[in-house]
Amino acid sequence: MSGSRAEAIVIGASAGAVEALSAFLPTLPSDYPLPLLVVVHVPPDKNSLLAELFRAKCRVDVREAEDKEPILGSSVYFAPPDYHLLVELDKRLSLSSDEPVSFSRPSIDVLFESAADAYGPGLIGIILTGANSDGARGLRAILDAGGTGLVQDPTFAHAREMPQAAREACPEARTLSLEEIAAYLQEVVNPA
Amino acid sequence: MPEKTDDIELRLLLDSISRQYHYDFRGYSMASLKRRLGQGKEHFGCHTFSQLQDRVLHDSTVLPKLLSYLTVQVSELFRDPAYFRILRERVVPHLKTYPSLKVWVAGCSAGEEVYSLAILFREEGLESRTLIYGTDIDPTALKKAEAGVYELNRIPLFTKNHRRSGGKSSLSDYYTAGYGAAVFDKSLRRRVVFSDHSLVSDAVFAEVHLVSCRNVLIYFERDLQDRAIGLFKDSLTRKGFLGLGAKENLRFSKHADAFADFAREERIYQKRGAS
Repeated sequence: MSGSRAEAIVIGASAGAVEALSAFLPTLPSDYPLPLLVVVHVPPDKNSLLAELFRAKCRVDVREAEDKEPILGSSVYFAPPDYHLLVELDKRLSLSSDEPVSFSRPSIDVLFESAADAYGPGLIGIILTGANSDGARGLRAILDAGGTGLVQDPTFAHAREMPQAAREACPEARTLSLEEIAAYLQEVVNPA
Repeated sequence: MPEKTDDIELRLLLDSISRQYHYDFRGYSMASLKRRLGQGKEHFGCHTFSQLQDRVLHDSTVLPKLLSYLTVQVSELFRDPAYFRILRERVVPHLKTYPSLKVWVAGCSAGEEVYSLAILFREEGLESRTLIYGTDIDPTALKKAEAGVYELNRIPLFTKNHRRSGGKSSLSDYYTAGYGAAVFDKSLRRRVVFSDHSLVSDAVFAEVHLVSCRNVLIYFERDLQDRAIGLFKDSLTRKGFLGLGAKENLRFSKHADAFADFAREERIYQKRGAS
């Protein structure tokens, strides 16, 4: 990070998301200081089991995001199915049922763009596996606001379109393997 | 972080709209409002919110069109079928004990929820004793609601939702299809009144037995949420019902004590009796 402290992490993933997230969310210690806000594309009429699934695997707190909830460290927040997840300027979550963006609700772009507004240089955005281009615009917005962009190496991604699109929109984002992302998340809170 | 220029401009734009047109969006959740107004800005070919402010202030034809960006217009017939199923199975038996009924759909947009309830009440034999108020701040949305015309490609979803809500008839009984559109039967509006009403600035207008206000409160900040919930509380009869959106609840409201959980998962509350 260019001299500023990390305040929050936003993550977007689609096809193959559970496997990719499983590679690093469970490695976070229970006192991991940053909040992690996650959008995974899920069908609208499904009750999302993501929060439950990861609660069992993780040491940090895992929950489905609630409207107007304050954002806390050591916590993972999943966007609920059929709602967009956004960050307000005073660092609270909000939900919206605005129309889908690029056929997706929740949309990664919507989360990333609002979080870029709220956190500026203190934000880290991560694009993982997926078979569409959601998130590319959002990661661009994070970098333009002075934040940091990470992209899963498309060569090893379950679906490569999403990380590929993010790399094209954000050539300066770092391309990392899932293991390297896990290591980065530790380093960013324990600067040498 | 110092306030960013576009956030300053956004505040000034909302101030202007409030002063000149008495539509007050200052208590809305800003993150999604900013996103929608960003789209409105593009629609009007403006580069900044300040330019849009200039247009809004000096051209009175702009605001009516901008309202469709300021408000949210997305819904479905029988959206969240489980909600309507619980209304049908658990709330309707209570409503049947009243000789006459009033229902308020607050923030009805293009009317999808009003038609859903009109159909449900007809199926349950309550239509003739019920009056349904559908209110919104956007006159264009209310006109759409009055017309009851929806794109034909939305009908498969509406049909599936209706069936999953426990629908006792075929949805196709209620509309005529043609020219890419489904026109809902005029008779469904016999017991419906669409009207302009603002949860921000207007008062209680009727005593009602059921308020359905779904996915509206998420667009409001806490104070405005409390104002709206206060209106619902004051409108509802003793033991009246309040239905919210799937991700809305009363937990943090200052009016929480006035209501009891009725169907927790489906976000249906019942107003407590006077103590």
